[in-house]
Amino acid sequence: MSNLLEIKDLKVHYPIRGGFFNTVKDHVKAVDGVSLNIPEGTTYGLVGESGSGKTTTGKAVIGLNHITEGEILFNGKTISGNGKSVKNSKEIQMIFQDPYSSLNVRKRVFDIVAEPIKNYHKRTKDELIAEVLGLLQKVGLPPGSLYKYPHEFSGGQRQRIGVARAIALNPKLIIADEPVSALDVSVQAQVLNFMQDIQEEMNLTMLFIAHDLGVVRHMCQHIGIMYQGRLVEEGTAEEIFNNPQHLYTKRLIAAIPDTDVDKIDENLNIRQSVKEQYNEHFHEYLDEDGRALPLVDITSTHKAALPAKG
Amino acid sequence: MGENLLSVKNLTTSFKIDGEYYPAVDDVSLDIKPNEVVALVGESGSGKSATAFSLMKLHRAARIEGEVLFEGKDLMKVKETKMNRIRGGELAMIFQDPMTALNPLMKIKHQIMETLKIHKTKDRDEREAYAIDLLGRVGIPRPERVGNAFPHELSGGMRQRVVIAIAIANRPKLLIADEPTTALDVTIQAQILDLIRELQDDLNSGVLLITHDLGVVAEMADRVAVMYAGQIVEIAPVKELFKDPKHPYTCSLLNSLPNEELQGSKLHVIEGVVPPLNKMERDSCRFAPRIPWIDESEHEHNPELREISPGHFVRCTCYKNFYLKSDTGSNIAVEAQQMAEADEVTE
Amino acid sequence: MPGDALSGLIDPTVPIEQIERLREQMGLNNPWYIQYRDWVLAMLQGDFGQSFFKQQPVLDVIGDRMMNTIWLGLFSSVLIYLIGIPLGLVSGRWNDSLLDSAITGYTYLGFATPTFIFGLVMLLVFGYTLGWFPTGGSVGVGVTPGTLEYVISKFQHLVLPSFSIALIGLVGTVQYLRSGIIETKQKDFVTLARAKGVSEGKVYTKHIFRNSILPIAAFFGYEITSLLGGSLFIETIYGYPGMGRLFLESISIRDFSVANVLILVFGMLSILGALLSDIILSIVDPRIRIK
Repeated sequence: MSNLLEIKDLKVHYPIRGGFFNTVKDHVKAVDGVSLNIPEGTTYGLVGESGSGKTTTGKAVIGLNHITEGEILFNGKTISGNGKSVKNSKEIQMIFQDPYSSLNVRKRVFDIVAEPIKNYHKRTKDELIAEVLGLLQKVGLPPGSLYKYPHEFSGGQRQRIGVARAIALNPKLIIADEPVSALDVSVQAQVLNFMQDIQEEMNLTMLFIAHDLGVVRHMCQHIGIMYQGRLVEEGTAEEIFNNPQHLYTKRLIAAIPDTDVDKIDENLNIRQSVKEQYNEHFHEYLDEDGRALPLVDITSTHKAALPAKG
Repeated sequence: MGENLLSVKNLTTSFKIDGEYYPAVDDVSLDIKPNEVVALVGESGSGKSATAFSLMKLHRAARIEGEVLFEGKDLMKVKETKMNRIRGGELAMIFQDPMTALNPLMKIKHQIMETLKIHKTKDRDEREAYAIDLLGRVGIPRPERVGNAFPHELSGGMRQRVVIAIAIANRPKLLIADEPTTALDVTIQAQILDLIRELQDDLNSGVLLITHDLGVVAEMADRVAVMYAGQIVEIAPVKELFKDPKHPYTCSLLNSLPNEELQGSKLHVIEGVVPPLNKMERDSCRFAPRIPWIDESEHEHNPELREISPGHFVRCTCYKNFYLKSDTGSNIAVEAQQMAEADEVTE
Repeated sequence: MPGDALSGLIDPTVPIEQIERLREQMGLNNPWYIQYRDWVLAMLQGDFGQSFFKQQPVLDVIGDRMMNTIWLGLFSSVLIYLIGIPLGLVSGRWNDSLLDSAITGYTYLGFATPTFIFGLVMLLVFGYTLGWFPTGGSVGVGVTPGTLEYVISKFQHLVLPSFSIALIGLVGTVQYLRSGIIETKQKDFVTLARAKGVSEGKVYTKHIFRNSILPIAAFFGYEITSLLGGSLFIETIYGYPGMGRLFLESISIRDFSVANVLILVFGMLSILGALLSDIILSIVDPRIRIK
């Protein structure tokens, strides 16, 4: 299985300007040396808290962010060099977190979904309608939706419109930025299920950005945990959840409230002891700038940013 | 367990749509004892936040009926000036969205001091010292500095702590927490939940926890009330609810969560959508349209909340022979069909 | 616009040669860029030139008028905020009440009525028919400056023009404030304030009002400088000797040196207004701070 997407040592730094002449005083290192590979047809979960740089990474891949340093390879070919942003490609599309604010409220579903097609292909109106109807069917929206406006739909349905737009150009890679975090659990289940369906059907590769570890575990084969612009641990879903190595990963996992009511006390105790460990030892996991250490191989698929033993 | 701290009886809160009132909270009855955490669970539109706002009498344009007995007094009959002394005092609320819940033009400490001033006759310096002390107690580092900051200078987690500090400032006997951690990262959520637990132990307060996160419920609650379409459909002690859920809605909700066993496979999907307020069948089982494979004869007319074992109440008879349909969700055509039907209903 | 400074100034019987000589002397035959350079250089040295018409330095001509306009501007803006803010407050707090409908109705009328029509009506009713206020000028004839009588006379001359400006000018303020209040009262932090037990009155004074006044505060700088720039119509209608009227006059008699400087003054005022607005906003809104 070849890698559809390879990110090599990606850095995205934003200058902080200040003073009278608005000169660059410092940089915010939103992403600071992230490398990851996503095999074709799989889903990679990028997890982290707000400000960890996970969304910035996703946006860099689709060209919404300037890249300070590093390389992004898509299908084996470089799509970005140093200091440039990725050019728009119809093969990479994005699904946004908030289905409402990412859809233009003044446009009908037809216009929203047809827009990317019109940008890349010449189509007659009839062809467009047929194509959009096909897409709506794929995402499970009734044909009657065609001429409705976003506000006439529920949150889950809106996210389907967002997905229809994203898959309109037959992309190979989808960047999904917190696609379900604004939705209720039952709607979340709908959207997750049908994202899986569509992935299978179209052989999509996905970069799934989320802060909800439960959802990520459900959707992803590989998971990367980000902290302050760097990966602290990376591995298969199994490895991350059953054998977390980095203290930060352990803490994230311990913080998830579990619905298993028999284990509540046990979980709270684990959480407490992980928290104590974290408070005591976390600095050992960081370099002098307060950033994660380089990743070390644990197995062929599992890496973690652990301090050197000794 | 002693007397009820809060006793809600037949609370009905209606909103006006096109000139007519429709109940968003429909005949809700609920008790909370001191030191008890009762969780109110449901999806958006279930009426759980509307219930909380009704208890605080914070609705601006709603018709509220029923009784809300707080320490024996019926809040619905209390005058507004007296209500202002109860609100923020013995009865306090934590708001959902920390990004919008604080006045952007007011210093943090003044927002806390304001509630102290209303409820205590302390002098200004004392108020200020106590406000800073509170900030420290909710785990804010360098409280003096944060006290002098404006909301936009703080992160979401910090702002939520400030919102909590405001809520607990006057040592409330009942704390209503409306999705207190929804907007936060998991590690911050864990800290905030810890904090609420600590405070509850400290003050021996009752807590009404409103959330859609079942994990949080399992961890925090003593008892759980599940709401659907304005009604409570099930109330049970927390262990019983999670181990032996009865109402079809509770069962469906629990099954739609991703969990270890389901990894990579399909999640359970509840068919259809919650009906809008003004298009709701009110005298039959409100969940019936979403479990169409259950025969109509299983439901009762005007379903009631019945105690089926001590402390465990379920609405409607349809739970008795309920089973989850195993293949829902995978069939997109069926879903589209249902959505089209739902559309027709709304139009 | 055809003509130059000489065509509005000179007796048509003056022989052509003499006009030509004057032209040459005044530099009017130079190419435009030379003329422009001379003008800019003179400006930079503080030489704003002479009024062709009045044979007085431009600054003197403008100076008298400017004081009048400043008085008119200040007076109208005080009126605008004094009347507009309470109206907006009432209208926003009790929105959709009868009172609100009346106020909103008034603002629509105000938007639709041109200032000069309204000014004329005011002049007719209160100036001529009722005779309560003087109908022209900025001060009574023959009053000695410095006496109390002079101050009263000045004030009387201000009343009609400034009410004419204010009653129309305040509709924007009312609408801004009304929609600001309606928007703010639905904000979470207002509900939180109520949940703290803050009384209804204090919810408005301490939480809603300050937040909804922000757009008006932000607009204050522009508003006040635009008023200081003078009102062409009102000053003309009331024969009030201010900068607006001076501007119209100097254009119609081709007194370009005065018109030029006036345009410069108006430009400076707008820049000043923008600056003032930014400064005010940074004072009232802690989210905006000038470093």
